[in-house]
Amino acid sequence: MLAKRIIPCLDIKDNRTVKGINFKALKDAGDPVELAHYYAENGADELVFLDITATQEKRKTLIKLVEKVAAAINIPFTVGGGITTKEAAADLIYAGADKVSINSAAVRNPDLITQIADRFGAQSVVVAIDAKYHHNNWQVFLNGGRQAVALSLFSWAQQAQQLGAGEILFTSMNHDGTKKGFANKALSKLTDLLKIPVIASGGAGSYKDFKDAFIDGKADAALAASVFHYNQIKIPELKKYLKQENIIVRI
Amino acid sequence: MTKLKIALIDYGAGNIQSVQNALNRLGYQAVLTHDPAIITKADKVIFPGVGQASYAMKQLKNYQLDTLIPQLKQDFLGICLGMQLMCNKTEENNTEGLGVFPIDVLKFNHQLKIPHMGWNTLQHNKTPLFKGVKNGEFAYFVHSFYVPISTYTIAQTDYGLNFSAAIQKDNFYATQFHPEKSSQTGLNILKNFLSL
Repeated sequence: MLAKRIIPCLDIKDNRTVKGINFKALKDAGDPVELAHYYAENGADELVFLDITATQEKRKTLIKLVEKVAAAINIPFTVGGGITTKEAAADLIYAGADKVSINSAAVRNPDLITQIADRFGAQSVVVAIDAKYHHNNWQVFLNGGRQAVALSLFSWAQQAQQLGAGEILFTSMNHDGTKKGFANKALSKLTDLLKIPVIASGGAGSYKDFKDAFIDGKADAALAASVFHYNQIKIPELKKYLKQENIIVRI
Repeated sequence: MTKLKIALIDYGAGNIQSVQNALNRLGYQAVLTHDPAIITKADKVIFPGVGQASYAMKQLKNYQLDTLIPQLKQDFLGICLGMQLMCNKTEENNTEGLGVFPIDVLKFNHQLKIPHMGWNTLQHNKTPLFKGVKNGEFAYFVHSFYVPISTYTIAQTDYGLNFSAAIQKDNFYATQFHPEKSSQTGLNILKNFLSL
């Protein structure tokens, strides 16, 4: 049986991890390669790197970082942030990324999804969607939640699937940072609508939040950042709990 | 580095570097090549594959590897799309394969999520490729098409139905999962292949 996946997300700026990282085991927790290796050895099923570097100049060094990460770990990883062309996606995949994640660029140029999927297969394209529930609607936002667009989460996710996305990474802006659980109702509706896997993001605070995302939200995978980075949730312990709750996880 | 000559077939199919990285971790270095002369002389040949079947077959034909591969005598390991291309044909764009295995590759046609993506368990027949791997260990899969169970099946996995996680015929081995992405379990399997 297929296991539910636990995915730590690492924000990268100028080739360093940002957000507080609290691991005594690490010499340099700001080093994405060392942190990636730590997670790979400690129960993570997959990793997501989100590059939030501002300048194009510095983004070029991202390729080198991806090469180093690929050499250091033997679990799959996704790289996202600022990918606007098929060529940029190809550079990251050739450097060793298993998947690329596209967000705003996919909304602005939906054909990008198809271009990457045709070249590298649907499994290599994660479409990330940030959405906020208001006015009785899950509205899609771009640019890290700063710009609203006239799209609903559900119709856009279906369109992305149609265009060749292999996975949807749904972040609820209402839940992100609250540590009060994932957007399980929306997740459940999304999972039922789609044929492709859904990664839940935003709101992880406790073991039970993960269980609820998998059972009530029917998510295929759950992503979190700070609860892992601050060591509030240890992945091996989380997986033991999930297994006791009869959820299939890789231990 | 060990002296074993390993050819890693490079035909423009996606993330080939991760296979090389896994080999490096085991203390080996493969030659990335699509040169028939180098492939023929190698001790071991690894045929990775991420991507789309018809594009990949076109590339193999360009390099005249479609006729070479079925004739190879050394231990040969196909991975993921590589495994599917070693079969007769695949439902992915109705592509003709290399015909090493007389099996047709089918598309998952059930209510479960496609692609089958993530970690799933292996049940294997205790062949040398799986030495030291316990039944029930997890490997990483990403695929929308599958190789049905046949007399060549040496490991299977359940995703709505049982399909071949690994197949073997003489010197030809193939895995549907990605050993290079399957943590320690995957490294063990790669190591076993190199020790055959």
